[in-house]
Amino acid sequence: MTKKQKIMGIRLFISALFFALAMALEGSVYGYWILFIISYLAAGYDIPLRALRNIRNGQFFDENFLMSVATFGAIGIGALEEAVGVMLFYQVGELFNDYAVNRSRKSITDLMDINPEYANLLRDGTEEKVDPYEVAVDDIIIVKPGEKVPLDGIVVKGSSSLDTKALTGESMPVEIKEQEPVISGSINLNGVLEVRVTRLFDDSTVAKILELVENASSRKARAENFITRFARIYTPVVVVLALLLAVIPPLFTGDWGTWIYRACSFLVVSCPCALVISVPLSFFGGLGAASGQGILLKGSNYLEAMADLDTVVFDKTGTLTTGKFQVTSVDPLTGTKEELLELAAYGEFHSNHPIAQSVKEAYKKPLDQSKVGEAKELAGLGVKTTVSVQNMERELYIGNARLMEQQKITVSGSDPAEGTTLYIADGNTYLGSVTISDTIREDVPDALKGLRAAGVKKLVMLTGDKPEVGKLVGEKLGLDEVHGGLLPGDKVGKVEELLAKKHKDAALAFVGDGINDAPVLARADVGIAMGQIGSDAAVEAADVVIMTDELTRLVDTIRIARKTVAIVKQNIIFAIGVKVLILILSAAGLATMWAAVFGDVGVSVLAILNAVRALRYQNKS
Amino acid sequence: MKKIIKLEGLCCANCAAKIEDEVKKLSGVEHASLSFMTQRLTMEVEEERVDEIIEAARKTANKIEPEADFKVLR
Repeated sequence: MTKKQKIMGIRLFISALFFALAMALEGSVYGYWILFIISYLAAGYDIPLRALRNIRNGQFFDENFLMSVATFGAIGIGALEEAVGVMLFYQVGELFNDYAVNRSRKSITDLMDINPEYANLLRDGTEEKVDPYEVAVDDIIIVKPGEKVPLDGIVVKGSSSLDTKALTGESMPVEIKEQEPVISGSINLNGVLEVRVTRLFDDSTVAKILELVENASSRKARAENFITRFARIYTPVVVVLALLLAVIPPLFTGDWGTWIYRACSFLVVSCPCALVISVPLSFFGGLGAASGQGILLKGSNYLEAMADLDTVVFDKTGTLTTGKFQVTSVDPLTGTKEELLELAAYGEFHSNHPIAQSVKEAYKKPLDQSKVGEAKELAGLGVKTTVSVQNMERELYIGNARLMEQQKITVSGSDPAEGTTLYIADGNTYLGSVTISDTIREDVPDALKGLRAAGVKKLVMLTGDKPEVGKLVGEKLGLDEVHGGLLPGDKVGKVEELLAKKHKDAALAFVGDGINDAPVLARADVGIAMGQIGSDAAVEAADVVIMTDELTRLVDTIRIARKTVAIVKQNIIFAIGVKVLILILSAAGLATMWAAVFGDVGVSVLAILNAVRALRYQNKS
Repeated sequence: MKKIIKLEGLCCANCAAKIEDEVKKLSGVEHASLSFMTQRLTMEVEEERVDEIIEAARKTANKIEPEADFKVLR
């Protein structure tokens, strides 16, 4: 509790004490009303003062003014007990609100406690504690166990495990050794690391994430804007109604006391506090719960959109597939697979193409350069290499079907639809083929199942690859639509088509790895970038950044979004419902001012307790 | 030009909405958003009139919620 809150607590305790005393002595002791007045002043002496100050500043209708008028009105007609009760409970409610709001602020700040305070800069062999801002690119910094990595860099000496939970929500530590990159904001757990800095603090991952998180609440959800507009109308309307209630009926009945009492009840319920606090509090909690899972949303409006997700469009490479090519089949005409792979690896010895790399990786054994002779790149076809492998001098031709055609080599076996096939021939003799393809990421089937279970109706994949390749991946994953052979510009067009087709109130998300798909990320209702912690482009273009590369986090995002939006709806319906009901009952004389106090304080406490739930999220996977 | 202001001690959500409303109406402010939860006022303002606009925003905040401290962060 802050100092201000403690003082308020003491004031309220004193006030409650005098209130109880006054209630006990009421009627039996002459002058008991002094006790009520003391109780009133202890709880709310500053409320009328603030009301006066705000009126001087041109601010009417604020809650201080409304509470003052309501309580003075009640005192005026002799309802002393109610007047004091209203003030006391109003202040208890305020204190509670203040406390709850501060606590959620704090728990979210703790969750995102990634800001490094200092860096240990190595300068001429000595270590110096400096502000991370002062460190330049290529400087060497030392990160000791228990410290936060202050800047992005590459380990030059040492190895350790890093805790990246605050960044990615991942609780397993990451092992890190020399020459591997480290990300600012992660915590060094055991070894001492020497790190060569690769980015200035302003461009570092930590600075980008903090900026994103801090700005998140500036994009407001529809529900938040609705509440602001509602509050602007609600209060003046209720105040005018109260005024009419206090004046018009008594002109006919002459019963001023009764009607003023009812009007005062109106004023007590006229404060929209319950809504105005609980709605942003819920969204803030939802954003916090998401960041605890390594999911950063750029605004609460995206929580709303994620709750109504109808279509999810995926980029293929890097999102559904690893983007890493692997040998998926080896088909020798004669001999073993091992032998064919050896020939292929030697044949591709000089090539750095990703496909050649994956062939060499698949062979696993080290290659002996002395066995490789002259190599010639045949543009658009493949390579021709002289090698002496497997006790023979060979002239290897490795490449696509056109190369075989040109060399008049007959190819046997069927051409697999998936991936890229390399044909291998020794002179004019066909030896066999090796097929390389992109692999589907491990967690994709689970993630897609989860999305379906969460009510996503349409799963679509877009790819620049050949339509046949795309189709095969699509069938394997059970996607609803696959569009292949797309240029980056075509992807925007496709997303626009899908946007036109989806249900009006539902949202469409595009999920990509953030590289080269900025225009599509921007065009979708929600642009989601995956696993691109540290990529500026992704953080800038996307609306949601998932910091790990686990696709299942999408399902978590939807769950958090749904829960948050449900809480907001409950609170709006509950608060407005109770307030309107109390207004009607008060006008009819069926509700006392005590009911009105519940309509104000009780409702706002309940709404806030409900809102705080948004912060809690249990990852089920 | 983007300006970020922290309103420390802002504890009334209704006032936050009112401040946001009035700041939006200030001339030279293209966009403004005040988050009650983070106590941050983010404004997109005309570059040449920054000082004048910040002063006006300070006055607005002070008028509506005198208890909140007005601190320019960036």
